[in-house]
Amino acid sequence: MASSESYPDDLLYHPEHDWARIEGDEAVLGVTWYAQDALGELVHYEPPDVGATIGKNSSYGEVESVKAVSDLVSPLSGEVLEVNQKVVDAPETVNEDPYGDGWLIRIRLANPDEQTQLLDLEAYRKVLEEA
Amino acid sequence: MVPFAGWEMPVQYEGVIQEHRAVRGDAGVFDVSHMGELEVEGPTARELLQTTLSNDVDRLQPGQAQYSLITNDAGGIVDDVIVYRLDEHRYFVVVNASNRETDFAWFKERELRGSDVRDVSDQYALLAVQGPRALERLDLAKGTPFTFELAEFDGVEVMINRTGYTGEEGVELACMEEDAVRVWDAILARGVTPCGLGARDTLRLEVCYPLHGNDIGPDRDAVSSGLTWACALDTEFTGVARLRELKERGPDQKLVPFVMSEKAIPRQHMRISVSEQPGGGEVTSGSHSPMLDVGIGMGYVPAESAKSGTELVIDVRGRSKRAEVVKKPIYHKEQ
Repeated sequence: MASSESYPDDLLYHPEHDWARIEGDEAVLGVTWYAQDALGELVHYEPPDVGATIGKNSSYGEVESVKAVSDLVSPLSGEVLEVNQKVVDAPETVNEDPYGDGWLIRIRLANPDEQTQLLDLEAYRKVLEEA
Repeated sequence: MVPFAGWEMPVQYEGVIQEHRAVRGDAGVFDVSHMGELEVEGPTARELLQTTLSNDVDRLQPGQAQYSLITNDAGGIVDDVIVYRLDEHRYFVVVNASNRETDFAWFKERELRGSDVRDVSDQYALLAVQGPRALERLDLAKGTPFTFELAEFDGVEVMINRTGYTGEEGVELACMEEDAVRVWDAILARGVTPCGLGARDTLRLEVCYPLHGNDIGPDRDAVSSGLTWACALDTEFTGVARLRELKERGPDQKLVPFVMSEKAIPRQHMRISVSEQPGGGEVTSGSHSPMLDVGIGMGYVPAESAKSGTELVIDVRGRSKRAEVVKKPIYHKEQ
């Protein structure tokens, strides 16, 4: 059930352990392996509403394990296009596949230039080493 | 690991949910050596316990144990304990770790001529083995709940208590502190899953066992807390007059179990509203139920809203989420 540690090199990362996959003027967001491992098995996902506007570095939702609640920090600004209903129904999907089936939301980028401020894999690994 | 009452305690070994399921489906072991142990001895030991504890100590024969409360003048719960009668004039009282010093001082202040109270917590370790296969894995025969015996377990002298905090069959093994690692290893060697504080909390919550400091405490009387069954109101003990009165007229608030009707996890201190009246109640314990896969909890609500089926609204960090009062226990074995 639990996945093994991995960090794909085609993603952009935020130091709060969130990732973004840029697809044209849209992005798919999720949390990293490190985040799901620190939280433990997820039992609740409180997503934003479709259509909501979210801001870079601000909270767009929450995930909860049995013992802890964690804010989801958005690495980028945009409008919520889609929420992953599979994670709403089965939050442990994030633990099983944090970069695939366990994605959290899809957004339309409000400011595509923001992505230059995110970390590449090498820079994120430095964050992990210091964590 | 987290600090708890001066101890370093594991929240989990492999994962709260899998440990929880191990206890419901097979057997798990919890190191609960942090629990305090007081020994009360002497010809007036019985009298000291009868006047400080809510339950009727006279009902205990040597070899029997009893759930009881240390109550204050207002009927509030200083601690909830299990009393073991070792022999004619000697009792063992297992208390909550965080109340060990308070309880010891409480008994010491009330000590009678002919009774001696000692804090022997550091001498003993306590390992709880719980689950439908707990007895089988330990090669123990079925026993009567709330009894105990001295026996040898894998070459170590232990006290086998037929008690627990999970709603499952099982035992709590008390042994000398220096034997603890050996007993722990022997239990694990029998295929029992090690479990941490996280699973201990979700297991007890599913069966609505109160946690002192969350659901019960000195500011909540035993009647509101639903623990009148552990109060022998025909005996004389601290706070009994107040408890008789509360039982007679009915408490203002009651501790109730509830299940979330919407996806959300209730947490301690969240506000509970009833019938669109804001506030009025408070969550005292809340979590996710690994067996039912929903948010569950306990909390105080106005007594008129304590019936099962009553709709509650929990304030989950600013979002209103519906819940429903249910009967105890929240989780039934048959499900």
